[in-house]
Amino acid sequence: MIKKETFHHTSLRQSLVIQSRVIGALLLREIITRYGRHNIGFMWLFGEPMMFTLGVTTLWTFAKMAHSGSLPIVAFCITGYSSLLIWRNTTMRCGKAIEPNLALLYHRNVKVIDVFAARIILEIAGATLSLTILSLVFSAVGLMELPADIVIAFAGWLLLAWFAGSLGLIVGSLSERSETVERLWHTLTYLMFPMSGAVFMVQWLPQQWKEYILWVPMVNGTEMVRHGFFGNAVRTYEDPAYLIVVNLVLMLIGLSLVKETGRRVEQQ
Amino acid sequence: MIELKNVTKVYSTRKGPRTVLDNINLRIEKGEKLGIIGQNGAGKSTLIRMISGAESATSGHIYRGMSISWPLAFGGAFQGSLTGMDNLRFVCRVYGVPIEPSIPFVQSFSELGNYLNEPVKKYSSGMRARLAFAISMAVNFDCFLIDEVVVVGDSRFHEKCHNELFVKRQDRAMIIVSHDAAYIQQYCDRAAVIKSGQLTYFESVDDAYTFYQAQS
Repeated sequence: MIKKETFHHTSLRQSLVIQSRVIGALLLREIITRYGRHNIGFMWLFGEPMMFTLGVTTLWTFAKMAHSGSLPIVAFCITGYSSLLIWRNTTMRCGKAIEPNLALLYHRNVKVIDVFAARIILEIAGATLSLTILSLVFSAVGLMELPADIVIAFAGWLLLAWFAGSLGLIVGSLSERSETVERLWHTLTYLMFPMSGAVFMVQWLPQQWKEYILWVPMVNGTEMVRHGFFGNAVRTYEDPAYLIVVNLVLMLIGLSLVKETGRRVEQQ
Repeated sequence: MIELKNVTKVYSTRKGPRTVLDNINLRIEKGEKLGIIGQNGAGKSTLIRMISGAESATSGHIYRGMSISWPLAFGGAFQGSLTGMDNLRFVCRVYGVPIEPSIPFVQSFSELGNYLNEPVKKYSSGMRARLAFAISMAVNFDCFLIDEVVVVGDSRFHEKCHNELFVKRQDRAMIIVSHDAAYIQQYCDRAAVIKSGQLTYFESVDDAYTFYQAQS
């Protein structure tokens, strides 16, 4: 079986089989170092956003903030934090992802793109699981409602995941060129946090700011997820077409950077 | 069959491009054992990494008509934070080999005991070598690429490796690179000398050895 696959002329189907095998192996390898051998590590996936949500809800309740109005605060926190988590974690984990896996590139079929793909899949899966479980838990205890329109919520989430992955490829490849990129990205991530739509709704902003904030790609995704969760109870301002175009451009840049990185990294 | 046609490898360095391998041609049939002798830095490891596919050629064509191992260098190819067992599982998954049947062999051959469940970065170089060799025997290749074998381990370990590789797998093709001509002489049918980016073939290992010695 192996013999066939290592022939120089490998069909697309065989290549797909090999690549999914490699990504699968890398995924299992990443899970060990990401979450540790003891299952406590895995709990942080929910623990962190759960603590955040509970903390903000408590603050919000005490402060009785002006915006709260009809907005379900728990659902607001969960959607906001998850939408932040997905692109923040994915890009951070792609940064300097090659170095600890360099030795594994010795195996012919293990390529740079596979290393990134494994990390991206893992982070997206983690954030998705976290959002799903938190929504189920908090709705079970009556602190929030399940999404009003699951299709819109899912589509928004998918667009955010696509955004996260594409950006991850770019950050990952660039961080391989210089240390500075990774540090710069850390700082940028913090700066982007208040602008990402995680902690506000576009509706709350003054009219003249609305059109500017919607240039930030993540805001569109977060708004769309909230649209799905809250239905018509709130007014959201997403432009999915814009986010799709941004994602396509980022993915194209990301993939070409990865290709270039592959050429450089493999010769060590 | 494995065939390299007009393969050239150029590295870009700060002082400009450096040609490590210049128009190399190589052909190896099933079961054949080829030794490549060269001094340190002559491009032996580069050549073997290109044959394995871990590295791509700047120009030329490489045809791989049989399954080829990764460059067995008694180290490398493993992730340090993972345990020896995790690394075995990773390699099995990547090459599509069932994991369970490989475990007993790796356990007994590596003699690592409980250390198999410790991160590889805690291993001594000798332990690492034992793990590396054991894992590379878990996958069956048609052609083994061997990069500078003789550096680590005691004589008993050498004996075990010799038995696994050259006795049990004597029907396999092998490409062995080394600066130790005596080693090549012991195991290879024919040999080539690599120097200044060129490969020079010899009918007998003795001739290659003589040429190599005259060069150095």
